[in-house]
Amino acid sequence: MAHIGSYDERVKNFDWKISENELGYKEGDPINIGWYCSDRICEMGKADKLALIWEGSTGNEKRYTYNDIRLASNTIGDFLRSLGIKNEDRVCLFMDKIPELYLGFLGVLKIGAIAQPLFSAFGDESLFIRLENAQTRAIITQRKHVPKVRKILEKMPWLEHIIVVDADPSKPLQEREVAFCLEEASKIDNFEIFPTYAESPSVLHYTSGTTGQPKGVKHVHYSLIAQYLTTKWVLDLHNDDIYWCTADPGWVTGTSYGIIGAFSNGVTQCVFDAGFSADNWYRFIEKHKVSVWYSAPTAIRSLMKAGDEVVKKYDLSSLRHLASVGEPLNSEAVIWSEKVFGKPFLDTYWQTETGCIVITNFPNMKIKPGSMGKAFPGITATVVDTKTFEPFGESGKIGLIAIKPGWPSLMRTYWNNEETYKKKFVNGWYIPGDRSSIDNEGYFWFVGRDDDVINTGGHLVSPFEVESALLEHEAVAESAVVSKPDFVNMEVVKAFVTLKPGFTASKELDLQIMNFVRKKLSPLAMPQEIEFVESLPKTRSGKIMRRILHSKEWGKEVGDISTLEDD
Amino acid sequence: MEDMYEVVKEYVIDEYVEDDSEVTLDTPLISGGIVDSFSMVSLKRFLENKYNISIPDDKATPEAFDSVNKICALVKECIG
Repeated sequence: MAHIGSYDERVKNFDWKISENELGYKEGDPINIGWYCSDRICEMGKADKLALIWEGSTGNEKRYTYNDIRLASNTIGDFLRSLGIKNEDRVCLFMDKIPELYLGFLGVLKIGAIAQPLFSAFGDESLFIRLENAQTRAIITQRKHVPKVRKILEKMPWLEHIIVVDADPSKPLQEREVAFCLEEASKIDNFEIFPTYAESPSVLHYTSGTTGQPKGVKHVHYSLIAQYLTTKWVLDLHNDDIYWCTADPGWVTGTSYGIIGAFSNGVTQCVFDAGFSADNWYRFIEKHKVSVWYSAPTAIRSLMKAGDEVVKKYDLSSLRHLASVGEPLNSEAVIWSEKVFGKPFLDTYWQTETGCIVITNFPNMKIKPGSMGKAFPGITATVVDTKTFEPFGESGKIGLIAIKPGWPSLMRTYWNNEETYKKKFVNGWYIPGDRSSIDNEGYFWFVGRDDDVINTGGHLVSPFEVESALLEHEAVAESAVVSKPDFVNMEVVKAFVTLKPGFTASKELDLQIMNFVRKKLSPLAMPQEIEFVESLPKTRSGKIMRRILHSKEWGKEVGDISTLEDD
Repeated sequence: MEDMYEVVKEYVIDEYVEDDSEVTLDTPLISGGIVDSFSMVSLKRFLENKYNISIPDDKATPEAFDSVNKICALVKECIG
């Protein structure tokens, strides 16, 4: 029996107090996500229950009970306190998907500090921009990522501590670096958790926009109320489930549903810290008897590409419920998953700013392949006219998705950027920036982004950031970055580049520029194709018309070009 | 003639290894998290440029790129 029961009944009788009551929270009480995800589960009599099964790329495995994660997060919190880290200080977690990332996240929250997880594949420039914006006081990382921090250290006087979780004792640490080995540290049993409240800041996730620098999305401890219940009702986690969320906690899915949702529900979850291969993933599911699998369309399409035969090599009968997030899930992928796994992947829609799933397909609900589903109970979502921001009175019209503010996990601001935050609210609606329509049964159908942001493999990449990085390359005079279609990643980055005098387009230069951006920003931001051009389309005022390049890549009509400058 | 295995290994170390981790001819590159699926595109481009070949997309799989040995086998196959 699915937790959601009847969707219509839930909508009719919904109150976020359902979640508060289940969690034993009352308005005005302290609420600390770190405590709810570990100590509370232990107090419920599940201290010995397996919380985390971690497997590395070589097949090595670590297992942690709820009591283990309670002690480990206490120990990390205690260590941070010993360094002088206090509530509301920003602590960056810059690690691969190793146990210290998950346990450290809870430890940071337990002392009331703000967890700032960052994708470990970020290059030094991407890292610097985000640490500078947050004025981060400490970073927890692995020795393999320390060189990137060292490279930008001089520019970061505010960064006081670089905590290395796997320091090599034979190699001396440098300025501001300190070793911390969780396995060797004395476990802290009695720990004073900082009394955070509903509106105390908890997590700072960075997301990219069309223009300007990445924005730090500030969430608060009260977000737990939404993350707990959406995990329970949408991902349908039951006490005996083995749950696998494939997302990296450097991105919001990896924290909202890869840490907070799973642990606050007291279930056992698996983490696989290895690169993608169809065989490895299916073997992982078989080995750990994964029953609930939350993944991304890019991964699903990669599995489709690997073919049906490989699926037959493994016993995947443990799978009970599948869900997907990150970008729209195409109907072919839904139909394919039903064919090979006997169950469809259910699409879920949300974003960094919403903090939790807001529109989704539910267990027990009729699935329309290719649809995003319906609004979560308690969430008022609609589609509004792009000019008036008024909801449409009829179904089928394409407009902007709009959500009534007020649910627990909606972001509270963009860090140091209140002005941009305010622009996200129009006519009493929160506007996520995506276009959609609603059919006559209330199902949402995704159409596309309403801006130039590139969604590649479920991650947002700012064309502005890539263009800026390109301009730092010695050969690049001008650049314009757009998305181009891609079967696996939905979209990938394509760059149009004009060269400075003295440089000539070549295959070598093409690769050099690709690698330059990859190292500076991240592999996601690396242009998968660079087209060297003589000039870029511009308006008469000199603004590059990305729209024209984008339309050509997607085989669309170019539209109005009356403002295009004459060459 | 340059040793293809050494050339590919050196390129992987220079471009994708962030610390002083050892890479052997059999070190898992993709499943080991050294080269991610996005970066595979630049590695493929390097191989195509260096050996003047075209690697078909259906052969450029994570499995085929998972070690220096496997990559060199693929390159040899494409050279013909």
